[in-house]
Amino acid sequence: MGERILMKGNEVIAEAAIRAGCRYFFGYPITPQNEIPEYLSWRMPQVGGSFVQAESEVAAINMVYGAAGAGGRVMTSSSGPGISLKQEGISFLAAAELPAVIVNIMRCGPGLGGIQPSQSDYFQAVKGGGHGDYRLVVLAPASVQEAYDLVIEAFDIADIYRNPVMILGDGILGQMMEPVEFREIKPRDLPCKDWITNGRKNHGGKKNIINSLFLDPPIFEQHNLKLQKKYKDISASEQRAEIIDCEDADLVIVAYGSTARIAKTAIADLRHKGLKVGLFRLISLWPFPSDLLESLISKAKGFLAVEMSAGQMVEDLRLCVEGRKPVHFYGRMGGMVPTPEEIAKKVAEIINGW
Amino acid sequence: MTKVFRRPEALTDVPTHYCPGCTHGIIQRLVAEVIDELEILDITVGIAPVGCAVLAYNYYECDMQEAAHGRAPAVATGIKRVCPDTVVFTYQGDGDLASIGLAEIVHAAARGENFTNVFVNNGIYGMTGGQMAPTTLAGDRTSTSQSGRDLQKQGHPIRISEMLATLDGVAFIERVSVHDVPNIIKARRAIKKAFEYQLAGKGFTLVEVLSTCPTNWGVTPAEAMGKVRNQMIPYYPLGVYKDTGKGEGI
Repeated sequence: MGERILMKGNEVIAEAAIRAGCRYFFGYPITPQNEIPEYLSWRMPQVGGSFVQAESEVAAINMVYGAAGAGGRVMTSSSGPGISLKQEGISFLAAAELPAVIVNIMRCGPGLGGIQPSQSDYFQAVKGGGHGDYRLVVLAPASVQEAYDLVIEAFDIADIYRNPVMILGDGILGQMMEPVEFREIKPRDLPCKDWITNGRKNHGGKKNIINSLFLDPPIFEQHNLKLQKKYKDISASEQRAEIIDCEDADLVIVAYGSTARIAKTAIADLRHKGLKVGLFRLISLWPFPSDLLESLISKAKGFLAVEMSAGQMVEDLRLCVEGRKPVHFYGRMGGMVPTPEEIAKKVAEIINGW
Repeated sequence: MTKVFRRPEALTDVPTHYCPGCTHGIIQRLVAEVIDELEILDITVGIAPVGCAVLAYNYYECDMQEAAHGRAPAVATGIKRVCPDTVVFTYQGDGDLASIGLAEIVHAAARGENFTNVFVNNGIYGMTGGQMAPTTLAGDRTSTSQSGRDLQKQGHPIRISEMLATLDGVAFIERVSVHDVPNIIKARRAIKKAFEYQLAGKGFTLVEVLSTCPTNWGVTPAEAMGKVRNQMIPYYPLGVYKDTGKGEGI
């Protein structure tokens, strides 16, 4: 085990990007992720990279587009309202098949909202947010160490599939301090970037075009089919989840991010009291880890989705379970964070009701 | 026989979709001639706007990126950070640059971003069918100012060159026109100077080119050139608005 440092989640995300070889960051201040641009403002120049505080989140995502098209490893970060502003740019990135990492440290919404944590941007991240038929790979770390690991992998995933990847954290993760080891993450095999616009002389003399305009329907349908095939491939290969204590579980709690951490404490308490509860912790939100969940559906008596929202991930859980077992929901909104006791109480209610 | 005139190498040999009499045909060609003359085709990246020139990525032989509406200066910033040795140009209309993209062009200028902007100002939205633009003149009829632009209700036209020239990051801004041959020659010189300043790393350069839209102005191409001379130039005077290379200005 290497050296472990106590560090804040946001700063670890920033450092992870540097260690992954990211050399271009374009962002804008918004609570609760400001440590990311602040850290990179001095760290990027140290490694010969480029940091720009853009004039808005809109400008930042378009700088990401340009930089990604020119072949750079590039990242931006924001929170809910800023991610909303980026939606057009994200749709453009997906359509033009550009790799990039986008970090959302969620705060509560809707609207200007609050600066306390929430998970109410799940729909925005996973179901689109931007226009058109596209998908983002969405990864949800639940610890500062996992944030480091997933950010590093996110850049490789983005390059392998030529698709933007979102790291979906929340204000708890961004602000908390935990020990982290800047460990070696095995790099994946990356395709050659012969499609970038860095000047004709650098790629064989013929022009490259980065574009998402397709005015001819037959051609555009083919392009869309190509994107859909890519998303199918990603669904087959990039599902991730952590399964804890589910072998004999009657009730499986389904959660991700900070909520999953809290649920783990609730489960420890409940097990102590003799209740058979397990946790299915989603790590990839898109693709939804349905293959991994499938193995639990026959064994469990029911599922409880716990989210810091009005219930967003629970809809995908219901789609996956397809009515085979009951699916319950417990959530808090407005920046309220559920306690282990609340979750345990809900679990007990459900199990007593059987 | 001696060849005295040819298609610029920087222009792709395809028919364009522009209307008869549209000055995009002239301006696009001037940019291509300058790229040829400076021998920078192999290191140039152009950025196409949303507007009539949206298909410009098909018309130039250099690397091209298609930008979201108004965002070309941000896209250019991203490209220039990754590849500082490339020559980057944006080509934008008045809706793209002066309306939705106003923040991006102002901040690119303020940052002194070292790329060249060609601003095609014809005071109307061509591609979407003739709506009012931030640079539409008072009294002009457009599809969203059908009784003529009312300054009280619809605001005053914006003079982009004058406004951007107040920013310290700007190295060179000139407003030119292409309504007759002498002005076309001056326009070409201004565009070449802008690219040369970029090659010398001097900072932000912009050439505002007064242009026509015969189709949406509802006039003939010749009448459209007359409108530029008689109506646009008085409101948008031609000339150099900033030049850090010589200390000139209007």
